Amino acid sequence: MKVVIDTGNYIAARAAMMAKPKVVAAYPITPQTTIVEGIAKYVENDELDAEYICVESEHSAMSACIGAAATGVRTFTATSSHGLLLMHEMLHWAALARLPIVMCNVNRAIGPGWNIWCDENDSIAQRDTGWLQFYCSSNQEVFDTVIQAYKIVENEKVLLPAMINLGGFILSHTSLPVRIPEQKEVDEFLPPYEPKWRLDVNHPITHGNIIFPDDYYKIRYNMQLAQDNSRKIIKEVAREWREKFGTYHGDLVEEYRCDDAELVILAMGAIGAEAKVAVDKIRKNGLKVGLLRIRAFRPFPEEEIIGMAKKCNKLLVIDRNISVGNEGALAGETRACLKDRVEDANVYGFIAGLGGKDVTYIDIEKMCKMVIDGKAGRVEWYGLG
Amino acid sequence: MAIKDFPIEEYVLPGNAACPGCPSTMGLRTVLKALGKKTILTIPACCTAVIQSWYPYTSFNVPTLNIAFEAAASAASGIAAALKKLGEEDINVVVWAGDGGTYDIGLQALSGAIERQTNFLYICYNNQIYSNTGIQRSGATPYAAWTTTTVKGKKEFRKDIGEIIIAHHVPYAATACVSYPEDLYNKVKKTMGIRGPKYIEILAPCPPGWRFSMDKTVEMGKLAVETGAWILYEYENGKLSFNGISKSIAEGKYKPKPVEDWLKLQGRFSHLFKPEKDIVRINAIKDHIRDTWEHYKKLASL
Ligand SMILES: Cc1ncc(C[n+]2csc(CCOP(=O)(O)OP(=O)(O)O)c2C)c(N)n1
Ligand code: SF4
Repeated sequence: MKVVIDTGNYIAARAAMMAKPKVVAAYPITPQTTIVEGIAKYVENDELDAEYICVESEHSAMSACIGAAATGVRTFTATSSHGLLLMHEMLHWAALARLPIVMCNVNRAIGPGWNIWCDENDSIAQRDTGWLQFYCSSNQEVFDTVIQAYKIVENEKVLLPAMINLGGFILSHTSLPVRIPEQKEVDEFLPPYEPKWRLDVNHPITHGNIIFPDDYYKIRYNMQLAQDNSRKIIKEVAREWREKFGTYHGDLVEEYRCDDAELVILAMGAIGAEAKVAVDKIRKNGLKVGLLRIRAFRPFPEEEIIGMAKKCNKLLVIDRNISVGNEGALAGETRACLKDRVEDANVYGFIAGLGGKDVTYIDIEKMCKMVIDGKAGRVEWYGLG
Repeated sequence: MAIKDFPIEEYVLPGNAACPGCPSTMGLRTVLKALGKKTILTIPACCTAVIQSWYPYTSFNVPTLNIAFEAAASAASGIAAALKKLGEEDINVVVWAGDGGTYDIGLQALSGAIERQTNFLYICYNNQIYSNTGIQRSGATPYAAWTTTTVKGKKEFRKDIGEIIIAHHVPYAATACVSYPEDLYNKVKKTMGIRGPKYIEILAPCPPGWRFSMDKTVEMGKLAVETGAWILYEYENGKLSFNGISKSIAEGKYKPKPVEDWLKLQGRFSHLFKPEKDIVRINAIKDHIRDTWEHYKKLASL
């Protein structure tokens, strides 16, 4: 075990390297680029024994990962924003093909106008692709989640791809200390990938040919079961990691000072880290506020949110994304899962930080105050100015 | 090799859903006989994606990955990379794509895969249309041909993809035609000894798409070559050379048949002959064939 101080992107690259993928296919895009540069260096220096395919687009990056994963090897890629959007078709393909690909996505706004700062609309736009989605709030969490993700998705009860999101610049380009285990320990935690099926000349199968409605319907159902199964496995893997390596960030969610809370903040990604500071500050003033940080957006932590709403019926949901024409994705899904299950739940949606607009703990304190003072509506666009 | 000496093993099995007289199954059958069992196929959206039969059945007896329309070459890059890591580089990584998936939507991925020197064989079966979606024009559709999106005949000449591929300095590129299985077989065999990206394009006369009777596929391909409308060549080690009848045409030993002999048999060109002969467009086709030949002869003399 050693402590390394590095940016979220280099930490992501290091985690990917230690997970030992055999094929990496990726394309540069700000603010993700240093992840693939990091990987390229590991491969060139023989620190990672992988084929690094310098594809000509993100669509091809995901297609190449699909081809490689279908041939039975562990794969990795990373992207952001427009790159993720270009992949969209192949994200569905990877999930329907049940290939356990792991990808980092550095959350970044979508143009026009060109904006390279943090915004979660890129990944939220992929929420129905069947991928597991994790949102990280520290570089340590990025490291741990990348390696954990392989163990989760390669479990035969899951076999779906996973996307690990980290905020553009806020984590991707900020250096923080991270505890890095020995390779040997990671190898013990994450054994080599044993594919359930592969393109094999001795057992020829055709993958992805025409499928009629009855069978297609079952395939979709099985994907849903896999997402449901992953809940338990995410928890088990997080626990195992904590026992082995000592770091822990929660499982599907992380609860922070919620026990006696009268108002609970729901947030994802780096805003989750900022919210912890806000909680501490507000509590100093005697107000009982807690945080339910959403780590997994898919599978959606329904049970955890319902459980929390039963204890504390005031939920302040912060979304760094907007489903234009409705509201923030987390707020909308929170409302949907509470409807008819927790009668008296009050959900206050806050849209904040789009296009990289700062969301500091002071802003979060102000949001809390608005709710406590009864000044918050159903959906607030915080800081429009 | 003569047809009678082809391996007896079949990899395109009965039960597939191709139209009678389909050039795709005809060509693929020969190609897989040449490649043998140690082959992984990648197939993008195209007719061949829908004729394999339906889940959970397949009529293809080699492992096959279906992939999105524009993604065949990049998926094959991933397969080739994985096989390298698994120490299984003796397996042939093969893309089998239509002209739409090659000339148009898949061109970027193909160009990238070739530029990266992917060790694979990319085969385009060129039926000169999008047949899967019901006969629309592609970049490979010839001038004046009817399709459902060029109802009065295509206004543009087809793209010369061969030259685009050659411009990538591939170790091997060739054209073929389903009507000459021995030639196709030999070309595929030849690629197996070459590392890096190999490209073969097979002219694939499609009865419903070209509007001719389904028992005439072979004849239609032969006529395309005999009239000079389709040129058989190989490009190897930086040299281009003609084969078969195209070689005889180039050497002046075979006088090409009039192109009308080929056009007239296809419903897609019927508007060039009825109600009266469209001399202007027929001459434009002839000029294009002549210019293409001149150009290729120059390439062959380099
Ligand atoms: C992204 C995308 N756009 C459009 C389609 C619809 N589509 C499927 S196959 C096809 C045409 C295929 O043409 P070609 O590659 O020439 O093969 P053929 O059908 O002639 O065998 C089209 C347009 C698709 N599957 N994916
Ligand atoms: S439309 Fe043409 S290419 Fe497609 S299956 Fe029928 S004959 Fe074959």
